[in-house]
Amino acid sequence: MTEVVVTGLGIAAPTGLGLDAYWANTLAGVSGLGRVTRFDPSNYPARLAGEIRDFAAEEVLPSRLLPQTDRMTRIALVAADWAFADAGVVPADLPEYDVGVITASHSGGFEFGQNELRALWSKGGQYVSAYQSFAWFYAVNSGQISIRNGLRGPSSVVVTDQAGGLDALAQARRQIRKGTSMVLAGAVDASICPWGWVAQLTSGRLSERDDPARAYLPFDDRAAGHVPGEGGALLVLENAEHARARGARVYGVVAGHASTVDPAPGRDRAPTLQKAIDHALADAGAVPDEIDVVFADAAAVPELDRAEAEAITKVFGPRGVPVTAPKTGTGRLYSGAAPLDLAAALLAIRDGVLPPTVHTTLSERYELDLVTGAPRRADVRSALVVARGQGGFNSAMVVRAPR
Amino acid sequence: MAVDKFTIEDLTRILREAAGADEGVDLDGDIAETDFEELGYESLALLETGGRIEREYGISLDEDALAAARTPTALVDLVNAHLAAAQAV
Amino acid sequence: MTRRVVITGVGVTAPGSPGVKNFWDLLTAGRTATRRISFFDPSPFRSQVAAEVDFDAELHGLSPQEIRRMDRAAQFAVVTAREAIADSGLEFEALDPSRIGVTIGSAVGATMGLDQEYRTVSDGGRLELVDHNYAVPHLYNYMVPSSFATEVAWASGAEGPSTVVSTGCTSGLDAIGYAADVIREGSADVMVAGATDAPISPITVACFDAIKATTPRNDDPEHASRPFDASRNGFVMGEGAAVFVLEELESARQRGAKVYAEVAGYATRSNAFHMTGLRPDGKEMAEAIRVALAEARLNPEDIDYINAHGSGTKQNDRHETAAFKRSLGEHAYRTPVSSIKSMVGHSLGAIGSIEVAASVLAMQHDVVPPTANLHNPDPECDLDYVPLVARDWKTDAVLSVGSGFGGFQSAVVLANPDRSAR
Repeated sequence: MTEVVVTGLGIAAPTGLGLDAYWANTLAGVSGLGRVTRFDPSNYPARLAGEIRDFAAEEVLPSRLLPQTDRMTRIALVAADWAFADAGVVPADLPEYDVGVITASHSGGFEFGQNELRALWSKGGQYVSAYQSFAWFYAVNSGQISIRNGLRGPSSVVVTDQAGGLDALAQARRQIRKGTSMVLAGAVDASICPWGWVAQLTSGRLSERDDPARAYLPFDDRAAGHVPGEGGALLVLENAEHARARGARVYGVVAGHASTVDPAPGRDRAPTLQKAIDHALADAGAVPDEIDVVFADAAAVPELDRAEAEAITKVFGPRGVPVTAPKTGTGRLYSGAAPLDLAAALLAIRDGVLPPTVHTTLSERYELDLVTGAPRRADVRSALVVARGQGGFNSAMVVRAPR
Repeated sequence: MAVDKFTIEDLTRILREAAGADEGVDLDGDIAETDFEELGYESLALLETGGRIEREYGISLDEDALAAARTPTALVDLVNAHLAAAQAV
Repeated sequence: MTRRVVITGVGVTAPGSPGVKNFWDLLTAGRTATRRISFFDPSPFRSQVAAEVDFDAELHGLSPQEIRRMDRAAQFAVVTAREAIADSGLEFEALDPSRIGVTIGSAVGATMGLDQEYRTVSDGGRLELVDHNYAVPHLYNYMVPSSFATEVAWASGAEGPSTVVSTGCTSGLDAIGYAADVIREGSADVMVAGATDAPISPITVACFDAIKATTPRNDDPEHASRPFDASRNGFVMGEGAAVFVLEELESARQRGAKVYAEVAGYATRSNAFHMTGLRPDGKEMAEAIRVALAEARLNPEDIDYINAHGSGTKQNDRHETAAFKRSLGEHAYRTPVSSIKSMVGHSLGAIGSIEVAASVLAMQHDVVPPTANLHNPDPECDLDYVPLVARDWKTDAVLSVGSGFGGFQSAVVLANPDRSAR
């Protein structure tokens, strides 16, 4: 079957804009969490976020795009530019239908939608922007990226809460297997605005602590929810032959994927995360011993941490594989989180180093080999990335070192 | 809003807010008779611009006339005609 | 050997009365379900018509708890999935749940719920820092529409690959294409796939008003959706859902299932042109059609009926007429083309699946639905649009297409699985 490789990374995270800044800070254990600055969070029970602080859209995007784009779209457009530059391609130079874009979305351009809802209800329907018809909706990033880069190949958008980022990458692999040469895939999310905050609070999963070093602590006895963040990653996925023919630098191979959804609560059936991991390994033709690191979903909700630790332990054995969660430094980036983890996994393969989980002290309840404190040297040939979404979504992807 | 005249400067300000400006175009230059399309504004940008003018000046532009106004001068004249009609009432 | 995918169960919740039978009766009678908006007072808005579903969630078996936590679009999805599952005759309980997946298309998610809840937490738009104390507990599920896939998975017992596909107004086609690909690659054997949207709320009406995409024909709601007619002036918003049971062909045959159609080909391409605009040449849609036909191993001449996007905007009708000619050549002139949006409106992400439902029913009955309200075709639209009256027509292969904001152009080819391969 067609092999699909990753040849470009575009990263925008609270811990760094661009691949180099992100990776250096991630290895150094830098945290991007802090008190929300985009609005006054004083009256809300959760007040911390992983914000991208130094993104100036007007310096990097044409002014024609600004009135019609939500913040998440602006960040996505720039991350897309970086991914193509990193892959060494100008997509418009490739044959007309050869490149597609497949993103995941979590909540669309929620801040744009907030502003237009406010205009509607405070002033009236005629105050709603002409751009509202698309600027908030879930498909907007794929659409805008396609237009900016002249991508006419197969494009799509998936929504699977926080597991969606991997599902988008898997769909990109499907399209490449069906004959498309290259697909830009991944996700960027940003909904740190009052309306987004209030909606996220109802998930019951936000940390209400004020100390950034004690707020998001997956696999820790003190785990009490997560800190939301903004950003994500867009990756250039490419037919391996195509990449070879143009002499592209290859980060790794997208070797396996599987996704599941948990049964309804109250049914006497087991959760399905382990199945997603087992199936992803099988899809990659890999045995657990081959996996050198697991990038965990790391929900920091005790029961979810327990479920994930159990699944990992069942597949790999107690402390059978190094596990890490660099998202402790960025907060959870919703659908952007898993593509960012996949990028980090590819960089771990490249540099032979595992980035640490910050802030967390591993609970004795979990038989995990959690990488904490400092980065760990390791020969990384294969990595597993796990992502889960509210509503019971589980997605798992295996990447391998290039041949 | 007590305004009796809509100027090309008003229009370029609203255009910038509504739709930004194309990189190769100087909106402060001599654009009065240049087709909006050449200035980089397609119908969506002009609908947003029209909506903002209507809100700011409290008028309701005729849809077909708005679509037919292909240059800044034509749009400025259209807005002024509506303003005059509104004040005559 | 490539796995082939067939439709063995159909559910429809379309404007007018829900259910497949009511839907098909409406279409074949050429009746319209468009009317003055009744969900709220539409008088402040430019466009005041829509195609609404007369939907009683309780009557359709949803519990009070389900009704409370689900947006209307999720309710549509669950009720419609149940109809499709029952119709399939497939015993879901006897299957391995990990081999069943869900793909639900939706363009605008829980937009009705979000509109309403924003109004509440912002105190009618007065509060910029909206008040979390007034938020309903399921607001997060409105925010993230993958909750629709969860609800359908719970309703069907699926534990396999499940997702929402959200590609604007092609979502309903793309969801089916996505699900078919998941079965073909072997990640699942059965997919519950379709699409839902319930966008008739003030924010959606206002945003289409702002770009004058919806019709202002408020004095004649029953005849307001007029695709391909010279007098058309915008689309009429609709709502609803269609959901299918998709199965691998051999296992469907083994259990003696009723097979409606094979999902024989699917492709999507982007115009990379404009978020809302379409280039008049229809080039990218034509390419999607070409690739979908190739995947189905069919020639243009094999297509018996085209279910058009036919939204009733001038831009769209010309665009796709050009795309049909470009992809099918002379055969475009010989093929009946119709737009059911003339009767059930444009339900954004849902309509692609509702149109696939119309297409498979056309194959089942050998009847093609008409384009209602088409009295004077636009001279630039010179194909056979099946005006006003349904037509008896031998239908073994159907092309169904869609265009979406964002530039998405999608095509699905449905065919009798026993057709002779080319």
